[in-house]
Amino acid sequence: MSADAAVKYVTEITPEDESRVAEWINTEEYKEKNFARQALVINPAHTCQPLGAELVAHSFEGTLPFVHGSQGCASYYRSTLNRHFREPAPAVSDAMTEDGAVFGGQNNLHEALENAYALYKPKMIGIFTSCMPEVIGDDLTAFIKNARQKGFIPQDFPVAYANTPSFNGSHIHGYDSMLLSMLQTLTEGKRMEGRCTGKLNLIPGCDFNTGNYREYKRILKEFGIPATVLADISDVFDSPLDGTYRLYPGGTKLEDAADSINGKVTMTLGKFATTRTFSWIKDNYAGEHLSLPTPFGIEKSDAFMMKLAELFGKPVPESLKAERGRAVDAMTDAHQYIHNKKFAVYGDPDYLLGYVSFLLEMGAQPYHILCSKGSKKLEKDIQALLDSSLYGKDAKIYMNKDLWHLRSLVMTDPVDAIIGDTHGKFISRDAKIPLFRFGFPIFDRVNLHRSPLIGYQGVINMVTTICNKFIDITDDTCDDRHFEMMR
Amino acid sequence: MSSTARKIEGITKESTQEMIDKALEAYPEKGRKKRAPHLAPNDPGASSACVKSNRKTVPGVMSARGCAYAGAKGVVWGPIRDMVHVSHGPVGCGWYSWGTRRNMMTGITGVSNFAMQFTSDFQEKDIVYGGDKKLMQLLSETKELFPLAKGISVLSECPVGLIGDDINNVARQAVKELDLPVIPCNCEGFRGVSQSLGHHISNDTIRDHIIGTREFAEPETPYDIALIGEYNIGGDAWSVKPMLEEIGLNVKAVWTGDGQLEHIAATHKVKLNLIHCYRSMNYMCKVMEEKYGIPWLEINFFGPSKIRESLRKIAALFDDTIKENVEKVIAKYDPMMQAVIDEYRPRLDGKKVMLYVGGLRPRHTVSAYEELGMDVVGSGYEFAHGDDYERTSAEMPEATVIYDDVSEYELEEFVHKLRPDLVGSGIKEKYLLQKMGIPFRQMHSWDYSGPYEGYKGFEVFARDIDMAVNSPTWKFVKSPF
Repeated sequence: MSADAAVKYVTEITPEDESRVAEWINTEEYKEKNFARQALVINPAHTCQPLGAELVAHSFEGTLPFVHGSQGCASYYRSTLNRHFREPAPAVSDAMTEDGAVFGGQNNLHEALENAYALYKPKMIGIFTSCMPEVIGDDLTAFIKNARQKGFIPQDFPVAYANTPSFNGSHIHGYDSMLLSMLQTLTEGKRMEGRCTGKLNLIPGCDFNTGNYREYKRILKEFGIPATVLADISDVFDSPLDGTYRLYPGGTKLEDAADSINGKVTMTLGKFATTRTFSWIKDNYAGEHLSLPTPFGIEKSDAFMMKLAELFGKPVPESLKAERGRAVDAMTDAHQYIHNKKFAVYGDPDYLLGYVSFLLEMGAQPYHILCSKGSKKLEKDIQALLDSSLYGKDAKIYMNKDLWHLRSLVMTDPVDAIIGDTHGKFISRDAKIPLFRFGFPIFDRVNLHRSPLIGYQGVINMVTTICNKFIDITDDTCDDRHFEMMR
Repeated sequence: MSSTARKIEGITKESTQEMIDKALEAYPEKGRKKRAPHLAPNDPGASSACVKSNRKTVPGVMSARGCAYAGAKGVVWGPIRDMVHVSHGPVGCGWYSWGTRRNMMTGITGVSNFAMQFTSDFQEKDIVYGGDKKLMQLLSETKELFPLAKGISVLSECPVGLIGDDINNVARQAVKELDLPVIPCNCEGFRGVSQSLGHHISNDTIRDHIIGTREFAEPETPYDIALIGEYNIGGDAWSVKPMLEEIGLNVKAVWTGDGQLEHIAATHKVKLNLIHCYRSMNYMCKVMEEKYGIPWLEINFFGPSKIRESLRKIAALFDDTIKENVEKVIAKYDPMMQAVIDEYRPRLDGKKVMLYVGGLRPRHTVSAYEELGMDVVGSGYEFAHGDDYERTSAEMPEATVIYDDVSEYELEEFVHKLRPDLVGSGIKEKYLLQKMGIPFRQMHSWDYSGPYEGYKGFEVFARDIDMAVNSPTWKFVKSPF
């Protein structure tokens, strides 16, 4: 054999091969293969637990998020929040490396607590873990206790911590764990027999839309209901630009969070992101406890308003009644633009239920419904919603499928639009249909996180965004004879 | 060069040291001791780097650094367009690094380019029982669903190394079974002190698994070169390649921006390696020099002076044809570049800039700012080594502050003291600085713009810097009431 025979030359992907495969990936045959895969995950629409935990740690007054683990993880979470909110996301890590993997992370944690406490002067620290300490089994309870004993932080300095293994669940579970720990830490010893704050504790759940938090607060103000919004990010990730950088803008006041255990009512919106927290609250909080779905669409918003009215013995204020009327007016005025249109929707469970509700109310069809980290329980809830409407009858639910699955669905069984996050833009382009960015993350559009989706105002915003886009499409694609002043 | 003598009014060795000492005051003793050697006034005359670098990040200090996985996936392997890159481990690492570095690619996504997120999405059971079997299955599913992929890289995340999975063995088997290059890269995030080790580990795998496995199909010429450490951020490679082709060189491979696996595999056949990002890939140039006798040259394509200097350095290694072409190209573009300077310099003259980026741009872009009339008053890196800082000293004016792995606290202190008119850094610093009312450009990613390299790039750079510094929006930061 000559030496030449062994030479392998550079080959190029031919245009013919490229177009053949480009067509093939849109076929039924490909879809079958795609759905048959068991080990490979492609373009998942969820991320790992610590991100949700960090959101919570940011959302309490003066609290410094603290990643126990590798510094690279901390950089990833921070960058993601920076990109979505276009806001700072100050957080520290204790920078564990190989020696941490061998000897455990206690030394890192202690040194980090000492430095972070001195440099960033927090009122509280919220510690959560990345993969490494979870795999090696670091005992945070003991580490933090030792840190106090050795004087790295004062004895009475509040530290909440949560185990947030990235190989389990998704960011919503990290949200739940950290929120639970925050509330447990802050309310410890604060329950007082006979005391009632008279307030509503509202837990919006793992929601990356600052506008929603503001909207909840506005609704409660209209009602005249005194309230504490727990894990309130509205000012944290939407702070004013006035020439001063504030390390800890806004967040739920620590005193209010502590006293929340003596509340009149505690309500979580979005049960999938607050399962553990809510079950603990039921056992430990004074007053009434209840869980409602995130108030997307008219029915769920109505339920929210009526519940508030009932619980606090106040009628729904005229201003909100008028707002409801305007929302219904907006829906009726615009229904024709999306009636019977098919949508592919994906996202976090609580949001997903909201999209489905809203679409059914508009007479649109939620058609492919996908959650890349879902559950039987979620599937049941979605199915119940679908069963309640004529427009839900053709819908199919896909649990634990990813966006590459969704691409196959959209290419083989087309829809008119997608609702999801920025990562859906590639499917949207391939399928030549619009993507409505209502979820998380939104990296490629401005201000969407400032625009509320909940309540009646949220309904108006969704109607405006979705229907006008379809009108744009008509204008952009119709021939001259059909290009008219009226739409 | 006269650059060593450059001074900036009001900045002395003493004033800079005083600023550093003040920033360090807030630290507990141990932290202060660890941080102090990483901050210093620049001393262009010194024979060694003025700051320490490539040390562990101080725990609890807000650092911008990433990890070895980030260096491997985001920087070296990720930009190779015709391969599938598997983030092996839990879902997060792949998700966070998905499309966030702006290394642009040609081809059809999912068909001939794979700028997507492939992960084994580790669950608890994978941690307990190991993920090797899952990996093997995943690799064959990849081949079936993406038949045009030229290869697969397996980039291991933290848990993979901790539980002792043997991805190297799985990859070896997969190569045989799938008849496809499958490259295992043990780049777990906990390794090393920053992204830098991830670059190194990836380079090792390219050396061991890739180089020398292909040859170019077309005949060799004396003008065959490769671009090393060029990642096509915002289309940089698409600006640089035509410029090099205009002077008569054939760019046979790009490492790794918009890169192609087989072209990289044949790089041992080129006549010269041009290295742009010294930090991430100088090691590969050295390897190719030792093993294949390929000379290499550091170049810098930011701003007309450095482009001119670099092109002439390249020309010196070639024949008269190339030398003439270089002069022609310089003569052609210099007036265009002068027009850019004439337009923007009046609006930027005397403005101060502070830089803090990864491992390249804080020194490479100094001259580009200066051509626009701006002074760079502070500079530092997330993951540079001593040789980077040695190279930086000559570029920076005397006594300006140099900071290694600067903490957000220190950076804020320096900014308060120096009041720059622009900060060029990353996404994590961007909004903090903007809240302070300071114009900002993301200099890792060109702030969703680009290219910034080459002649075409300088025009975009100048426009963007002017846009940032002189945007009328800044006028409203201070409210009238």
